[in-house]
Amino acid sequence: MNSEELQQIAEAVRLEHEKYDYEINVCMGAGCLAQHSDKFKDALAKEVESSGKRCHVRSAGCLGLCAAGPLALVDPIEVRYGHLRESDAKEVIASLGGKPVERLEMHLENYFQGQQHVVLENCGRIDPEKIEEYISRGGYEALLKALTEMDPQGVIDQIAKSGLRGRGGGGYPTGLKWGTVAKAVGSPKYVICNGDEGDPGAFMDRSVLEGDPQRVIEGMVIAAYAVGATKGYIYVRAEYPLAVSRFSASLREARRHGFLGANICGTPLLFDIEIRLGAGAFVCGEETALIASIEGKRGTPRTRPPYPAVSGLWNCPTLINNVETFANVAPILRNGAEWFAGMGTAHSKGTKVFALTGKITNTGLVEIPMGMPLREIIFSIGGGVPDGHKFKAVQTGGPSGGCLPEEHLDLNISYDALIGAGSMMGSGGMIVMDDTSCMVNVARFFVEFCMTESCGKCIPCRAGTAQMFGLLSKICNGEASHQDLDLLIDLCDVVKNTSLCGLGQTAPNPVLSTLRYFRDEYLEHIDHHRCPAGVCACNARTPKAELAEVTV
Amino acid sequence: MAVYQIPPLPSEDKRWRIVNGTMRRHGYSRNALIETLHTVQSSFGFLDRDSIQFVAQSLRVPLSQAYGVVTFYHFFSMKPPGRHTCTICTGTACYIKGAEKVVAAAEKHLHIKTGETTPDGNISLMTVRCVGACSCAPVALMDGDQVGQIQAAQVIKQLQGWAPHE
Repeated sequence: MNSEELQQIAEAVRLEHEKYDYEINVCMGAGCLAQHSDKFKDALAKEVESSGKRCHVRSAGCLGLCAAGPLALVDPIEVRYGHLRESDAKEVIASLGGKPVERLEMHLENYFQGQQHVVLENCGRIDPEKIEEYISRGGYEALLKALTEMDPQGVIDQIAKSGLRGRGGGGYPTGLKWGTVAKAVGSPKYVICNGDEGDPGAFMDRSVLEGDPQRVIEGMVIAAYAVGATKGYIYVRAEYPLAVSRFSASLREARRHGFLGANICGTPLLFDIEIRLGAGAFVCGEETALIASIEGKRGTPRTRPPYPAVSGLWNCPTLINNVETFANVAPILRNGAEWFAGMGTAHSKGTKVFALTGKITNTGLVEIPMGMPLREIIFSIGGGVPDGHKFKAVQTGGPSGGCLPEEHLDLNISYDALIGAGSMMGSGGMIVMDDTSCMVNVARFFVEFCMTESCGKCIPCRAGTAQMFGLLSKICNGEASHQDLDLLIDLCDVVKNTSLCGLGQTAPNPVLSTLRYFRDEYLEHIDHHRCPAGVCACNARTPKAELAEVTV
Repeated sequence: MAVYQIPPLPSEDKRWRIVNGTMRRHGYSRNALIETLHTVQSSFGFLDRDSIQFVAQSLRVPLSQAYGVVTFYHFFSMKPPGRHTCTICTGTACYIKGAEKVVAAAEKHLHIKTGETTPDGNISLMTVRCVGACSCAPVALMDGDQVGQIQAAQVIKQLQGWAPHE
């Protein structure tokens, strides 16, 4: 494959599309498929045939707003329809050339205003199973550019200059990591894509893998060239069957076009990717645990250093990046590091995809430039809290993150600002809670999660989270004393500072952040045995428990 | 040099050939353990003693290690599933939107705890940590089909629909 061939493919796709006046992209993401978007698509295709209109019906990737599914986007008039049923197909096709169907149209000006799509630029606009459509939108240009015009160090320099940081949550500078792996002694070297999106409440990686898988492949091949790797693995959760099947189909397509395998694009580069399925263990998102899992072992982390960059998979130098990190690589090389560095804040560059869910009007994927205030994301893009309820907190970073209250809504999103406020970026889950959520119960939920997901290798995490859960349950049940609260705070400190891996070290974060901002709720549970939100069952204290307290 | 003998297939069941195929594709290498167990689980529905033993022997993995892997990962099950499976997502978004109530209602209706199967082997009740459909929370998988924005009553109705008809 050379650049002429690439252009030929792109040109062929363009010519094909010129035949049509309209293109209707029907979302075939897992969310919409569950709501039978495939049936709607078939009905649409039938309708197009009988009406004779020059319209192309495409199965596209996730359009982001899964709650309003099945979704469709009509190009080039940029009309979005939601809640589509098979019976609506006729009306949608009849409206082409005239006024859009008012009943089905979604008015989302606010939702898209302020968003900036880099990772999601193709999601919902191409057929994820057709590599040609990806190529027609500038796909694999970056790979060709890297292979023919740049040396590996040049690629690493570009990534470093762009200021891209790991999108999996840690925020480690990507260029630095690539540089370390490139310099590491040993062979073979491996590239691993971490698609073990275990953070409950986040689904960015799923959408990218389902909607634009070639972008991730391109990013991985560029990384392989830069660090000198010959073999790649992508570790995907078994809970995402659609993402797995789309990705394996895309791997075959990429191989067929010479983007994977031996002599990639006519150069000596040799690289191939294999899929490995996760098996439902949250801890496998941790890089050393993920490596153990790929090796076919129990997913338990090990001490670092040595870091995987030096000694990873089968003790060889290994580059591990998140799906979203790899998805950013191709646009950076295509548009230049300066372009990417022009977005975001001083230390957090580019854009970030968030999965905005919970008690919010527009739930779905949003991609915003770093530095945007939380308030704008929640109230402008997200449309605020529905049903007349009051905003209470926003949770970022999953079980490792924290809850931020109203006062912190003017915080500009960046890795460092979120850590400063007691939360973290995480992989990008953003869950909005209203006044019907009890923050003690939320903390308990996350600690329970960490407790069940703890691999059991180190004691602070295995026993500590269980004890924390016990104490939090006691508080929720209205049976705790101030002493228990002090003990909980002590325990948080121990677990945070002595655990082996990120899971344990960050497990106390939800407790500490809710204690920091919602201490009065804890005190209400302890002193008055009541739950202000009415979630916990502490109101129903048994007389026996009260009696026991008196006798003690 | 001693040549390692790959054990014979445990039975005539054609599904063992699928399992063997997965192992062959990975060159019977030890790191294919999880991949192979996935194939066993998807072909047979669960992992039993015989299948773990067969896989461990074929891949030359100590049985203890194979058993350790099976028990470590939540996805693997050593109990046969019911004819129908109701899996309720208990991820964060679903929790905020009240998945706990749905789980409690389903438990009460079926008189079993999550992770169990009804005594007649008809329905298994499971929970899962996030299926990545958070926009549609709370979410349940009814026999693998994703249903969004579920309410307790809706799940109960479906469970009643699955009840065996006399």
